[in-house]
Amino acid sequence: MSAQQTVKFYQTGTFTVGNRLLAPEERSVQANMQRTNSINSGHRACQGCGEALGARYAIDAAMNATNRQLIAANATGCLEVFSTPYPETSWQIPWIHSLFGNTAAVGTGIAAAIKVKRQKGELKEDVRVVAQGGDGGTTDIGFGCLSGMFERNDDVLYICYDNGGYMNTGVQRSSATPPAARTATTMPVGPEPGNPFGQGKFVPAIAMAHEIPYVATATVADLRDLEAKVTKAMGMRGARYIHILVPCPLGWGTASHDTIRMARLAKETGIFPVFEAEYGEIKSALAIRRQLPVEEYLRPQKRYAHLFGKQPAVATIARIQAIADKNIRKYGLLAAQGQ
Amino acid sequence: MDKPFAITLNPGSSLANHTGSWRTARPVYLDRLPPCNNQCPAGEDIQGWLFHAESGDYEAAWRHLTRDNPFAAIMGRVCYHTCESACNRGKIDEAVGINSVERFLGDEAIKRGWKFAAPAMETGKKVLIVGAGPSGMSAAYHLRRLGHAVTVMDAGPFMGGMMRFGIPKYRLPREALDAEMQRIVDMGVSVKLNSKVDNILEQMKAGSFDAAFLAVGAHIGKRAMIPSGDAAKIVDAISVLRSMEGEDKPMLGRRVVVYGGGNTAVDVARTVKRMGAEPIIVYRRTRDKAPAHDFEIEEALQEGVMIKWLSTIKQAGDHQITVEKMQLDDKGFPQPTGEFETLEADSVVLALGQDVDLGLLNGVPGLEVTKDGVVKVGQDLMTGHPGIFAGGDMVPAERNVTVAVGHGKKAARHIDAWLRGASYAPPPKPEVAQFEKLNPWYYMDAPKTVRPMLDIIRRQSTFDEVQGGLDEGNALFEARRCLSCGNCFECDNCYGVCPDNAVIKLGPGKRFQFNYDYCKGCGVCVAECPCGAIKMVAEEI
Repeated sequence: MSAQQTVKFYQTGTFTVGNRLLAPEERSVQANMQRTNSINSGHRACQGCGEALGARYAIDAAMNATNRQLIAANATGCLEVFSTPYPETSWQIPWIHSLFGNTAAVGTGIAAAIKVKRQKGELKEDVRVVAQGGDGGTTDIGFGCLSGMFERNDDVLYICYDNGGYMNTGVQRSSATPPAARTATTMPVGPEPGNPFGQGKFVPAIAMAHEIPYVATATVADLRDLEAKVTKAMGMRGARYIHILVPCPLGWGTASHDTIRMARLAKETGIFPVFEAEYGEIKSALAIRRQLPVEEYLRPQKRYAHLFGKQPAVATIARIQAIADKNIRKYGLLAAQGQ
Repeated sequence: MDKPFAITLNPGSSLANHTGSWRTARPVYLDRLPPCNNQCPAGEDIQGWLFHAESGDYEAAWRHLTRDNPFAAIMGRVCYHTCESACNRGKIDEAVGINSVERFLGDEAIKRGWKFAAPAMETGKKVLIVGAGPSGMSAAYHLRRLGHAVTVMDAGPFMGGMMRFGIPKYRLPREALDAEMQRIVDMGVSVKLNSKVDNILEQMKAGSFDAAFLAVGAHIGKRAMIPSGDAAKIVDAISVLRSMEGEDKPMLGRRVVVYGGGNTAVDVARTVKRMGAEPIIVYRRTRDKAPAHDFEIEEALQEGVMIKWLSTIKQAGDHQITVEKMQLDDKGFPQPTGEFETLEADSVVLALGQDVDLGLLNGVPGLEVTKDGVVKVGQDLMTGHPGIFAGGDMVPAERNVTVAVGHGKKAARHIDAWLRGASYAPPPKPEVAQFEKLNPWYYMDAPKTVRPMLDIIRRQSTFDEVQGGLDEGNALFEARRCLSCGNCFECDNCYGVCPDNAVIKLGPGKRFQFNYDYCKGCGVCVAECPCGAIKMVAEEI
């Protein structure tokens, strides 16, 4: 056995997008010169858009996993607006625009049509379906259709790109907006400005409650984890749900070059738990590599600027830290907790 | 046009929308200078040869390394590797074991019999090199590669100079030294041993040489005025080390006092320890002020060498010496205290530094010597006499093997230019890849591989090499710890993280290109480049 086969250390391992020291089959989809580039150049997303990046990561991986036999249904929202202003489109896959709230149902319909066509022998290829939207279209407006798709166990992968608000219409609050974050529609002043604590919902947990075959969360900071989850989901049948955290430089008030860093900090502080679950049970969690206090995540974001004024909002920061600590306990995010 | 209801325009691609016009700053690829390369006195492209070693291509790594320094096996043993102090990985866990990988490559080259190619073309120019030490042989190598006919003359019986007569075998086994010297001879360099040059101008004229490089080293041990009786045995350190190479080993007795605090003092003490004597180093200042490298002092102490700090020898007599205790004043200089002590001593070895034998330069017009007794040279290492260059220990510089090897390379470039009637201008140095330019998140955690050390009993009684080498497995591991500071290693991060697909991957070995038609200038690629090989430049608006 040569030394190269026995040395398990690959300089950057799978942290980077590619790695010339790894065998080609061990490299990411994004490292491939022939990747689909599902969402092409020229789209009108802001500089450093996390959603544009997350969507390409996820759909390229889904295209790769399905031998490019894929149809995507897309909710109204940033992703649709910036990618497809009439008559242009950035999508290089079969793609259909739906209303804000009915994407899951459109996905269901496409899956049903494919099923019938295959039964009739009109369709040879095993074409798969993805429905996708932002957190507004998923956790608020489209929630009824989504829950229905889950409970019927329709053969659709639903991907939610969560940037914590309605960003393209001017940063309004959604039910995925985190506590204390300022938006255009939360309390601007007073003792506790920003989104109240104790409101909103975490849809991955609700999806798990439907006991569907697969639920996972991911961020744009962990590409290999994201690709593995999409690939795994496309290898399964029935209703599947992936919730991807996609930082928004506009809505979060962060520098455009910090998009991936913010996602990494969300994961490393425990604010956003990265895990996967099958049939309602958690199967694994992506361990925190270098744990950090939540201040590291909050401070670069202007939506939390009121926490770091002349009088730092120590109590509010402590409440956010408590949320992170609870995630760490609940999902077992520290490697020492026996993952 | 046959269009569906309410549709008036043909569908188009977003590629029509050149979002590059949004940009106020553009990312550009660059190669920054890694701190290790910036530090190396021999000008090695360390990051460059580690890159090849990382993929297991050791021959390519060795060939890349030897573009700058032909002595990988020697360097891997005796270089003080200041590169490792500069290594950015030291700020993450521990510096990359550059020196140990270099030694692995050097040993691999000897084991596999890799040779240097003869020059493709002869220039017809003749260069005389005086001194077959690190500087002279390095210059011989580089000049020969450039196609010049090179003759090396040395007064000693073997090649290697101070590497042989100043560095003990337990640090540099002679097999490694001989192999790397012979490899240069095999390129067609003519080496004449036992041939002292008494007059450089006459020698050049007799051999019709076009230029000369002097690298005679510093071999004359400095003396100190120590009042001593007739029976006292006082010798100098360099003679002791030199005689270790011959048939007649030095007779120093049982109790050997070594006077001095430099690397040579430590080398002599460790050498006589191995011959069964009991060495004691006497030095006038403290350990932290001693010029010897601390790891050498530590290894000497481990082997049982005694050291008397803050002491000077006042008088040497028959089998005993008198030392005076010193104390450091405010400025750190040792001052006498008036307290005396007597030590048993069969001999005293003086290791107080060395002077240069400048005899061969008598009568050379234009040549200047500094007040420290070394030869003045310009930035191009040319002495005051046109066509005569000098380097190594005989010019004003730090004295160690790596600096000498660097002088050899530098001199060769200037000599080559001078022979063509031109002048050599080194390319401008790119900016240094400081730690702040990196994104260390992407590197896997990995502590340094420790080289094995010979057990202490064998270190005290034999001249076997003290420090072991790496094997292929851990050498590869160690090479892969390199962060590739400032130089693209094709991790595909920029290609992957661009939200606008504005990075074009050109394929293995060809790196990447920006597509400025679509790059919005967000800077994610710069922030997420692990090694700092991209920077943002403001657009002219």
